[in-house]
Amino acid sequence: MPVLLLAEVNNGRLARDAVARALSALSPLGERIDVLVMAGEGADAAAEAAWLDGVGQVLLAQDGTLAHGLAEPAAALVVSLAGQYTHIAAPATAFSKNVLPRVAALLDVMVISDVTSIHDADTFDRPVYAGNAVQTVISTDRIKVLGIRTSVFQGVEKATAAAPVETVAAMPDPGLSSWVEDIVAVSERPDLASARVVVSGGRGVGSREQFDTIIRLADRMGAAVGASRAAVDLGYAPNDWQVGQTGKVVAPDLYVAVGISGAIQHLAGMKDSKIIVAINKDEDAPIFRIADYALVGDLFTIIPELTARL
Amino acid sequence: MKILVPVKRVIDYNVKVRVRPDGSGVDLANVKMSMNPFDEIAMEEAVRLKEKGIASEIIAVSIGTPQARDILRTALAMGADRAILVDATADVNFDIEPLAVARILARLVEREKPDLVIAGKQAIDNDMNATGQMLAGLLGWGQATFASRIEIAQGHAVVTREVDGGLQVIRVALPAVITADLRLNEPRYVSLPNIMKAKKKPLEECPLGALDVDISPRLKVVRTIEPSRRSAGMRVASVDELIDKLKNEAGVL
Ligand SMILES: Cc1cc2nc3c(=O)[nH]c(=O)nc-3n(C[C@H](O)[C@H](O)[C@H](O)COP(=O)(O)OP(=O)(O)OC[C@H]3O[C@@H](n4cnc5c(N)ncnc54)[C@H](O)[C@@H]3O)c2cc1C
Ligand SMILES: Nc1ncnc2c1ncn2[C@@H]1O[C@H](COP(=O)(O)O)[C@@H](O)[C@H]1O
Repeated sequence: MPVLLLAEVNNGRLARDAVARALSALSPLGERIDVLVMAGEGADAAAEAAWLDGVGQVLLAQDGTLAHGLAEPAAALVVSLAGQYTHIAAPATAFSKNVLPRVAALLDVMVISDVTSIHDADTFDRPVYAGNAVQTVISTDRIKVLGIRTSVFQGVEKATAAAPVETVAAMPDPGLSSWVEDIVAVSERPDLASARVVVSGGRGVGSREQFDTIIRLADRMGAAVGASRAAVDLGYAPNDWQVGQTGKVVAPDLYVAVGISGAIQHLAGMKDSKIIVAINKDEDAPIFRIADYALVGDLFTIIPELTARL
Repeated sequence: MKILVPVKRVIDYNVKVRVRPDGSGVDLANVKMSMNPFDEIAMEEAVRLKEKGIASEIIAVSIGTPQARDILRTALAMGADRAILVDATADVNFDIEPLAVARILARLVEREKPDLVIAGKQAIDNDMNATGQMLAGLLGWGQATFASRIEIAQGHAVVTREVDGGLQVIRVALPAVITADLRLNEPRYVSLPNIMKAKKKPLEECPLGALDVDISPRLKVVRTIEPSRRSAGMRVASVDELIDKLKNEAGVL
């Protein structure tokens, strides 16, 4: 039986990379994958999703209640479609982490969060304890609800032909919550979750103003900017830059950790990066135990020098 | 307004987790256990709402082994008025799944009729991030997850949520489930006098049987292993050497 994949759509735009990676994660199931686009205006996102390899068909639900990713109308719609599917999946994002458990509860099944490997239709790997352990679980539920940790998968390619797009109706508005506003900084930088290079700053950076040093290096490298929890808590960086157990999980080709000690909760979000560079003045900082290249020294001399040399 | 706060007893976040070599799970014998950090934040928020005169009663609930009494005492010392221990298992290695926890909490909600449930966003042991959303679904309530700010108004809450692109503000009708994120507040330290006072506060023990919820797991954990470990690489002496290595050895520049 087919698989339903919830697309990640932000303000009508498809998060193509996340959806492409989730599609490849689901491919071992060997089933048709339908992609559900829920949005206020989702025609462009649906058309783009239709061109991803492995998509059986795109279901497009356009409704004002679906414009801001509110959990209750999205979950109601997914549940109304669930009967035709054995697996309901989504890239593990803030949107899907909000919606999928609600869907699972309404279907009386467990949710399986942050899946890193699909062995067969019932068997999945997922990290626990901040990535200190990996569990293999067998689900006994009739429908599997899966959050996919996209950082560990490569995305699918473009398809040779577009999949059909079919319109589905939204459910009546349950009226339990409503959107007030988004407080979002628009940036030209690459998206943290899918960037090839990430430069992250921690408490060692010292202030909001000094965090600009990190941003300048990132911009020079064409990188996304990340941060530790401490840097976010102290207001050096916005919340959506937090990398870690309870922030974003990234696995770029190159991760540069600057003034970050390497707490296990931070490592949980970046230890699968291909190459890790750590810059820290404390030669015993735990981050050095997992770094491929360690540079001991004061970030305020190293980072400007590095930025100038690149 | 009555607030219910579910609190989970988990391995302390500072403890180094050891995976048993036979793949049977994580070593929990003789390790420090504490209240899940997100649940401390949830509890703190409830207490602040009470201090502002918005909340009238706070009930802390934990589901698990009788040892969870210790974190319920902490919740009472922080300012909960009473606590409920759902004695669900004698085995500390048996992790009760979010679906079962949510079904138990739904039963307690029917009984206690709170106007608000504030849960943690995520338990740092199973890293599920599911229970609050599941509870809201089962109850047919609205949900506001990953909260970094909560304002209570007439019949609804205005909640600022930490999302992937930044922050989102939503309005959710009460009763509702809210889950607490890291930046909602900084939990207080419990003082000795409050720990003493907490000993006199009511802690009810509720046997699982009284709630008629099946907690058999839906996910069978067949194996728990340590992930492949990275080892330390090399020291570079200068920025030039770093750039050279990244270009010519790692090939990432
Ligand atoms: C429930 C929970 C969830 C958490 N989730 C996350 C998460 O998702 N992500 C996360 O990152 N953390 C998370 N944490 C927090 C984590 O435990 C650490 O507290 C945090 O990662 C520390 O951030 P840091 O490394 O920036 O700060 P610190 O540990 O204070 O390290 C600062 C580093 O900067 C170095 N330094 C200082 N000055 C300089 C200089 N001039 N030049 C070079 N180096 C310098 C110091 O040597 C030090 O190593 C979580 C914690 C809890 C309890
Ligand atoms: N056994 C439990 N007892 C009480 N509360 C729990 C329990 N398990 C989960 N919770 C609550 O649900 C939140 C999310 O947990 P989880 O869905 O397991 O990540 C926690 O932060 C707690 O508030």
